[in-house]
Amino acid sequence: MNIYQEHILDHYSNPRNKGQIDNPDIYYKDTNPLCGDEVAVYARLDRSKSISEIRFMARGCAISQASASMLTEHVKGKSLDEVYGISSEDMLRLLMVPISHVRMKCALLALKTLQAGILVHMKGKK
Amino acid sequence: MASGTMQLNASSIREDFPILGRKVNGKPLIYLDNAATSQKPRQVIDSIRDYYGNYNANVHRGIHRLSEEASEAYESSREKAARFINAGFEETIFTKNATESLNLVAYSIGMQLGKGDEVVVSEMEHHSNFVPWQQICLKKGARLRFVKIDKEGRLDMDDLAGCLNRKTRIVSITHVSNVLGTINPVREIAKLAHDCGALFIVDAAQSAPHMPLDVRSIGCDFLAFSSHKMLGPTGIGVLYGKKELLDSMQPFIYGGDMIREVTFESTRFNELPWKFEAGTPNIAGGIGLGAAIGYLEKIGMENVFEHEKMLSEYALGRLLSEEDIKVYGPKKGRAGVISFNLKGIHAHDVAAILDQEGIAIRGGHHCAMPLMSRLEASGTARASFYIYNTKQEIDAMASALEKVRGVLTGR
Repeated sequence: MNIYQEHILDHYSNPRNKGQIDNPDIYYKDTNPLCGDEVAVYARLDRSKSISEIRFMARGCAISQASASMLTEHVKGKSLDEVYGISSEDMLRLLMVPISHVRMKCALLALKTLQAGILVHMKGKK
Repeated sequence: MASGTMQLNASSIREDFPILGRKVNGKPLIYLDNAATSQKPRQVIDSIRDYYGNYNANVHRGIHRLSEEASEAYESSREKAARFINAGFEETIFTKNATESLNLVAYSIGMQLGKGDEVVVSEMEHHSNFVPWQQICLKKGARLRFVKIDKEGRLDMDDLAGCLNRKTRIVSITHVSNVLGTINPVREIAKLAHDCGALFIVDAAQSAPHMPLDVRSIGCDFLAFSSHKMLGPTGIGVLYGKKELLDSMQPFIYGGDMIREVTFESTRFNELPWKFEAGTPNIAGGIGLGAAIGYLEKIGMENVFEHEKMLSEYALGRLLSEEDIKVYGPKKGRAGVISFNLKGIHAHDVAAILDQEGIAIRGGHHCAMPLMSRLEASGTARASFYIYNTKQEIDAMASALEKVRGVLTGR
């Protein structure tokens, strides 16, 4: 199956939650040096430590852009523990297209970036 | 075929390459990733099979028939490699690849660098020709300088002259850029480097497969290339070095086969070229490289160059006529490597959609991240040609680029 399915292309050309948040509770930026993909995530938390608002900025291939868009939709309203527990397999299931070994980093960049941001946030609170 | 010219016959050449008969995603394979690695003709594959099937043995050791045959085949490949670049037998060292060749020089000569010494490379180097220098310079407190490239992607020769001075010990520059296709004026650079007393090293990974090479005419001190980009197997490469320099250098790797005499206290090293070849070498690789050189020489390197020049001019013409395509590198006087980007589309997506059409190109930074930042690109799509490629394949790539636009931008 082709990875450029309609839902991927839809998220690529009409990304959800694209943009920035001023003074976010969580912010992290990372790159995938292999292809130069770049993702920054911004999130605001509510009192119960769930993600109330999330946005991202990204530059890169269709897979990295679409996965960032789909991930932000998926995690809104979820608790930090839940989001931190999302596995690579979960992310690939969310994408619903077969990701080859060489594109894996593109597909997982947004998730890894968000989880790194959560880790930084949790450490900062200790 | 035009009469009177030595135009090579790509369609009969294609018959020698079994892989060109295969299909990818249901489409005939169009292989345009030759700057990464080339395909292999039957003659090379057969030479390796013949070695393992009929005379497999270690070289330089056994006093028995198989070892003699293997040594003879391996060393006659070295003779071919030496002749291919107009070098002496003793000056032709087998390594793993161009990267190892460059590391050998960097470690052996570079370790003699001191504080205040300078090493000059260019902004268009592959990582293999600047990371070793960068690391050696950091270790030794030497200064690494980068020669700038101009807007066209050519080496800025004024800047080069400005980088050279009495502190310059080493100048190491690529012959052909693996991203831009730029052909650098290596003879001129050799002269400039020698005028200030520096050694000149040529990274020929992208030129040895594609054009006639003559180390004497270039006037370089060292030159490195890989077998796998020139129809040969992976895991074997060549370092050429001037005999007097190699004689004075310390080996880079120690072990068997590079030894004249060993006592518990000291070691006398073997003579050239074996002094630099510790351990059982890649015998099959050497034999395969010999077969590859034989194949290329039969075609003639001038003809190889002309064929690729024709293809790259044709491809440039097609790509430059498209408004949304940005082509990197010089418009003229370049090798058969073309980097480009489609406006607003990442190079990985271009490569992935071309792959669905059976077309293999490279998308990424091509192991030249400093150059990418200079070009202000996160990556490029790159098509690179060889003897078996045709204009029809370039047409197919151009039509497939239409599909890329269609899928990703709806244009």
